[in-house]
Amino acid sequence: MNFWLIPLFPLIGFLLNGLFGKRLSKSAVNVIGIGSIAVSFVYVVIVLSRLYPLDAARSEHYFTWIQSGFLQVGFDLTVDRLTAVMLLIVTGVGLLIHIYAAGYMEHEGGYYRFFSYFNLFVFFMLLLVLASNLLLMFVGWEGVGLCSYLLVGFYFTEDFAGKAANKAFIVNRIGDFGFSLGIFLIVVTFKTLDFGKIAASVATMPVEAAAGTLTAITLLLFVGATGKSAQLPLYVWLPDAMAAPTPVSALIHAATMVTAGVYMIARVSFLYSHAPLAMQVVAVIGLATAVFAATIGITQNDIKRVFAYSTVSQLGYMFLGVGIGAYSAGIFHLMTHAFFKALLFLGAGSVIHGLGGEQDLRHMGGLRKAMPITFITLGIASLAISGFPGFSGFYSKDAILSAAYTHAPWMFWVGAFTAGMTAFYVFRAYFLAFFGTYRGHQHAHESPLSMTLPLIVLAILAAFGGFLNVPAWLSPLFPLAEHENATAMVISAAFGIGGIVLAVVLYVVRPSLAESLKTRAGSFYTLVLNKYYVDEFYSAAVVKPLESLSRVVLWKGVDKAVIDTSLVNGSGRVVRGWGALLRQLQSGSIRNYATWVLAGSLLVIFVLGLVGDAR
Amino acid sequence: MLHLPPVPLSWYLILSAILFTLGVAGFLYRKSVITVFMSIELMLNAVNLSFVSFSYELRRIDGHIYSFFVMVVAAAEAAVGLAIILTVFRNRGTLQIDEIDSMKL
Repeated sequence: MNFWLIPLFPLIGFLLNGLFGKRLSKSAVNVIGIGSIAVSFVYVVIVLSRLYPLDAARSEHYFTWIQSGFLQVGFDLTVDRLTAVMLLIVTGVGLLIHIYAAGYMEHEGGYYRFFSYFNLFVFFMLLLVLASNLLLMFVGWEGVGLCSYLLVGFYFTEDFAGKAANKAFIVNRIGDFGFSLGIFLIVVTFKTLDFGKIAASVATMPVEAAAGTLTAITLLLFVGATGKSAQLPLYVWLPDAMAAPTPVSALIHAATMVTAGVYMIARVSFLYSHAPLAMQVVAVIGLATAVFAATIGITQNDIKRVFAYSTVSQLGYMFLGVGIGAYSAGIFHLMTHAFFKALLFLGAGSVIHGLGGEQDLRHMGGLRKAMPITFITLGIASLAISGFPGFSGFYSKDAILSAAYTHAPWMFWVGAFTAGMTAFYVFRAYFLAFFGTYRGHQHAHESPLSMTLPLIVLAILAAFGGFLNVPAWLSPLFPLAEHENATAMVISAAFGIGGIVLAVVLYVVRPSLAESLKTRAGSFYTLVLNKYYVDEFYSAAVVKPLESLSRVVLWKGVDKAVIDTSLVNGSGRVVRGWGALLRQLQSGSIRNYATWVLAGSLLVIFVLGLVGDAR
Repeated sequence: MLHLPPVPLSWYLILSAILFTLGVAGFLYRKSVITVFMSIELMLNAVNLSFVSFSYELRRIDGHIYSFFVMVVAAAEAAVGLAIILTVFRNRGTLQIDEIDSMKL
């Protein structure tokens, strides 16, 4: 079926725009950038419709990439039902966001640069989901990280963008260190990196003896996932990554790249299923992240930061899902989240675009008249993320929470409470932006069609995406474990609606109440507003000590003293000293030279004579 | 007819050594470049003499061939060397060996 063509088109788009984009017109860049994703999307649809119903995984081997001892790594691509979901999300949502970006980035510099990076991102993301072994997946994994870095630092003349890009990249290094250790351990344990072969040998392993190794492997892989998918304790880069242009936040930092960790765990679920301890860790970290980020989200004033913390929180939900064994529920939430969170970001981008760059919620308000399409679509997205019955988020969140209820009721209650907080902070942002009176000074206007069209399409998906029964589609891979639980469904929906009602009361009906609550909460409010001072803590505990270690020991000690002074200048000094000594021989007088020749010849004769005697 | 005994090899070698030493001495102590140059020729011919003597003594042709090679080299050297000397003289107006020392650092 030529799966390799799927990632090829975005790669071609990247090369064309990256190499020649400077000389092309904007419309040509658009055609290449959007067209390559569109072709890829159409090809994905063709492939999947041919392969339907895709009961078994289909692999294609192209060439052997690495052959070293027992380890053989091939360039192999696999399509199964899980990949199919991811492919459609990446190319489908990716296409919509590319179209949107054409409108959003219209007045920005570096237009071609943006689209070439964006296409490169899609290429790596497709490689990540198509790979049939961990190493090839890791290539995609690192590639999307690179593109994230490039795009976060897109406004590289701004100081904060460069810093945010570095932060994203460095924090991800920590996670990827764990991830690569996990890969090494898999190589040592299984002698292969192929998903199918690992799954086969796990099935025959003695459960008791292998439990320790498998737990270590899965925990190390999860460290990688916490970095890429912004979970505690490595989530800190994602809110700062909002320095990127908004379409980037929507595609990379909401819909696709940050969900790679969830996808990875679902992909190697056969390992996690044999490591119950690791799964417990995944679930608890996911749940903790969900609560933690949701509380921060309530207090933030930057509209993109609200949604960034919301992303962290929703990713926590997905990890809760895969951690309690409800893999298909996690992937289901991944998909609906891709719809509604991309829509939230694109809507926020539309607001920001309409207000000429304003991101602060305190300077918005009453925008529903000026931006009717954004108003309606963002409302649908907010309802979807709140888990309002009938909207997509309701079904996926319910799938996770029902499974949590069966697994451990306390997880369900914490999750349901978080759902309430989610509804509250999303609608807080929504009401602050669209209701009340306008508090800014810009002339607000609705965005062009190229931006509103993706909003409308995504709004339809966010509203009705829940009716796509992803758990049933994935049932050949992940047996349906969760039971429809009417009680859980009602309770979680009630929490969501409660959150919405609370937001209505505080931000529409009686805005003064919110202010008085704020002052009454006092120091706690300040603590949450400052994101629990986690950044400051990391800075004091890790960054500053590392900096001073680098400055005192590595720079002044090792680099300047040892390398510069001793090795580099030292060897120069030695050579110069010998030179000064030896140049005395170079007197310029032929007679002098001749004497040396004579002395040398006599020496040779003398030595030869001695040796001759010895013989 | 007077029958003289053949000249022994050692005599030739002693002569060769004397000539060579004279060449070395001339090379080291004379001040004119021309004389130094001639001393080199003297050394070469001293060596030639010992080659030929050995060749005669051992009834082998190798020594002759070597001596021809040495002559060829000497001829080439004379051509090049004299040209250099001529140029040096034109540029500096002197052939005193102690004054030609601009190659030193």
